[in-house]
Amino acid sequence: MKSVIFRAVAPFLTSLMVLFSIFVLLRGHNEPGGGFIGGLIAVSALAIYGIACGVETVRRAIYFHPMAIAGAGLFAATVAGLISIAARVPFMTGLWIYPSVLGLEVPLSTVMLFDCGVYLVVVGAISSIALSLEERGGE
Amino acid sequence: MDVAALTFLALALPFVGALVAPLLTRLLGHNAAWVLALFPAAIVLHFARFWPDVAKSEVVTGGYAWIPSFNVSFSWLIDGLSLTFVLLIAGIGMLIVLYSGGYLKGHPQQGRFFSFILMFMGSMLGLVVSDSFLMLFVFWELTSITSFLLIGFDHSREAARRAALQALVVTGGGGLFLLAGLLIIWNVSGVTQLSLLMAFGTEMRESPFYLAALILVLGGAFTKSAQFPFHFWLPNAMEAPTPVSAYLHSATMVKAGVYLLMRLNPVLGGTPEWQILLPLFGGATLVIGAALACRQTDLKLMLAYTTMASLGLLVMLTGLGFPHAIEAAALYLVAHSLFKGALFMVAGIIDHETGARDVTRLGGLGSAMPLTFVIALAAAFSMGGLFPFFGFIAKEEIYYALSGFDRRSVVFAAIAILGNALMFAVAFAVALKPFIGAKAETPKAAHEAPVLLWLGPALLAAKGLSAALLSGLTHELVSTPMASAISGEPRAVTMSVVPHVGVPLAMSTATALIGIVFYLKLDRLRGFIAAILADIGWGPDRGFDQLIRGLVRFSVGLTRRLQSGRLDVYMTATFILVACVLLVVPLTYGELPRAPFFAPDVPLHELAIMAIAVIGLVAVVLAPDRLTAIVSLGIQGFAVAVIFLLYGAPDLAFTQFMIETLSVVVLALVMTRLRLSPSDHRPLAQKVPDFAIALACGLGFGLMLLKTTGVPFDSTLTEFFNLYSKSIAHGANVVNVIIVDFRGTDTLGEIAVVMVTGLAILSLVRLRAGSLRRIADNDPDAEERA
Repeated sequence: MKSVIFRAVAPFLTSLMVLFSIFVLLRGHNEPGGGFIGGLIAVSALAIYGIACGVETVRRAIYFHPMAIAGAGLFAATVAGLISIAARVPFMTGLWIYPSVLGLEVPLSTVMLFDCGVYLVVVGAISSIALSLEERGGE
Repeated sequence: MDVAALTFLALALPFVGALVAPLLTRLLGHNAAWVLALFPAAIVLHFARFWPDVAKSEVVTGGYAWIPSFNVSFSWLIDGLSLTFVLLIAGIGMLIVLYSGGYLKGHPQQGRFFSFILMFMGSMLGLVVSDSFLMLFVFWELTSITSFLLIGFDHSREAARRAALQALVVTGGGGLFLLAGLLIIWNVSGVTQLSLLMAFGTEMRESPFYLAALILVLGGAFTKSAQFPFHFWLPNAMEAPTPVSAYLHSATMVKAGVYLLMRLNPVLGGTPEWQILLPLFGGATLVIGAALACRQTDLKLMLAYTTMASLGLLVMLTGLGFPHAIEAAALYLVAHSLFKGALFMVAGIIDHETGARDVTRLGGLGSAMPLTFVIALAAAFSMGGLFPFFGFIAKEEIYYALSGFDRRSVVFAAIAILGNALMFAVAFAVALKPFIGAKAETPKAAHEAPVLLWLGPALLAAKGLSAALLSGLTHELVSTPMASAISGEPRAVTMSVVPHVGVPLAMSTATALIGIVFYLKLDRLRGFIAAILADIGWGPDRGFDQLIRGLVRFSVGLTRRLQSGRLDVYMTATFILVACVLLVVPLTYGELPRAPFFAPDVPLHELAIMAIAVIGLVAVVLAPDRLTAIVSLGIQGFAVAVIFLLYGAPDLAFTQFMIETLSVVVLALVMTRLRLSPSDHRPLAQKVPDFAIALACGLGFGLMLLKTTGVPFDSTLTEFFNLYSKSIAHGANVVNVIIVDFRGTDTLGEIAVVMVTGLAILSLVRLRAGSLRRIADNDPDAEERA
């Protein structure tokens, strides 16, 4: 993309959007949001970055192969479901713990791990498609 | 351990052996055969414990429940018939393992070969002791599969691969007939176990489905036991190494069909259909097999065709329904396994030690291989039905059964004499001709075989003699219980080796005399049969090739017709179908929705948003180029997202926004990648039908949505989720809680789909158009051109 303004703004826009996507992911349990939406926001961020600064830059920035990210997400989601077996409850039953971090009670759960898995799968799979399309489109 | 556990262990033992065989062979070389032979030996020892019970014609059953809800069990049935088979399989199997040790000495894949042989042994043992139908079928097909592996063992040769595939298609396909037959029997009788089925003979025979069940079962048995016209795979299977031919394709596997017929004889047998079909096919197989055997000059092929003839004889005897025919079949089955196994191994020895197995090129081996000569003669005497071998007793019993004076007896007696005389000639052509006469040049200098090679055939031949000399004991332990099990009522076999003057002996003598004439005139006979076959010019073997080629050609043609490879054809077909489903069904059943209800006071901003959506659609249709159309489609999508937002579905709206953005980006990228012309150049003749299809789909979806929203809303689920979302799942956002908690397993499946779709698209994008080669579609025409 030739536009200088776009190229200058894109890294900041992308960072903000990725941050926002994580925020959306984490608030999802009680407010509008969640893994699917968060993941889509992150993908859009990466797509913008790719259009602005080239696919190679994006690939370097996310370090892992997008499909590896998706795979890790699927793995995390499956593990989140399997943990319940160790606790002798049916597959996919949500388990919660409330550890106290710096005096603040932080609710953690297998459901949250599962939602993070969804997020990673969406980010990985769709950005992998988008990036490979952008790559070939530039040739 | 109790008997049941030990029996289970014995049945599993060959598979354990198959597992360790490659490792043992790597450690011990060909001497691993001595260790591996202990596995079948242990099986023989275990099953020998049932002998006292079985000799009293008792039936031993046992087993475990497998799937009780479907009445499926892993259970076995040991009576005279199955015990005889078990002892033949494990006993001959032991000798074959030893023989393969010598035969394939130094072969790089000898361990694999042992493994296959033991796997086959396990499958065959399972087949003959199976009590439950399912187990019978599973082991039946397992023998086909292991036979496939063994025939194709020398897989670098095309002939071996073809023979293996052919055997698998014919016998495995026959297994499917058997499965259908067993299902019918199950439905008629209501039992799934052979031991229980025996009580349902009358019900089966009087059932209207009797003929269907019989034909299906025969389809399985005749293909497995190489009955004419399904015999062609058996001679081709001689591509396998000789131990396989001796074991599978003469002594055991091909007898599985005969075993099945014998096993079902008390249930299905005795009807006119049974007594017509079995002797008809069996008799034809006997004569054709024996005649074809005379035409061959290859030792193994000669033996293969006589095996086919012997199987025909067995089927014929099983079906005849004469008194003593069953006893004759039982005796001949055992005799055949002994002498044919031995003769095959002798043929293998000749092949192994001289490098040739064409009977016209062999001669004078008797001085170099005296021991092999003696073994071969002993086996051939039994095969020819000569005194004092076990084959003689069997043949006397056969002729005793056929010595009636009614027309049916005379016809089948003539068939039996002709077939036996031809087999007599072949027996001595294999066992006598190569050893006498002038010494012929062979690729390798002939010398006596090592102990591993001669031990097996020697023991089998000796067994053929001792079983006859101790005929009283043989009958008490083997023949009588076996004949009783086949006929389903007590029988006693009394035929002794001492010749009695009478009609059977006269028929035996006639057989031998005609056989000697055939033997002396074998060359002329061979030319005569070859001339007849040349006149016919077509055989089932070629028919099989034509069938397979026709099948492939048909499927190629069908695929080409259905799969044009053009995306627009697929999409047109899909959307026409969608439109039909959405429009035809409500129109046919009069389920059209009522006219939609418009509220009079829609707020202005909502109207504006709807207007934006409509404007977006109009823009799509009117857009001058594709890129504009894609972006305009986005307008409509965003407008819909705003509507979601206004009606209280923020999550949905959020997702819709993101999806719209991404699909615009992805579509634009795809469009640039496809290097299409910027605008749409469809001719009007194509635009009009496309437009009609699009309109029909849109109308259909609109009607469906109106109809759905017209139905009173069931709020049970909404209430459930609102009630429990916070209290059980600790989340206030019901949509997200449903996704990740209440219906988490669904989501897991969905994200797996997303992942797989991503992989698929990725690989499609990576495919470079230039490197796209024509995908192999096995088109026989294209292969012929190439």
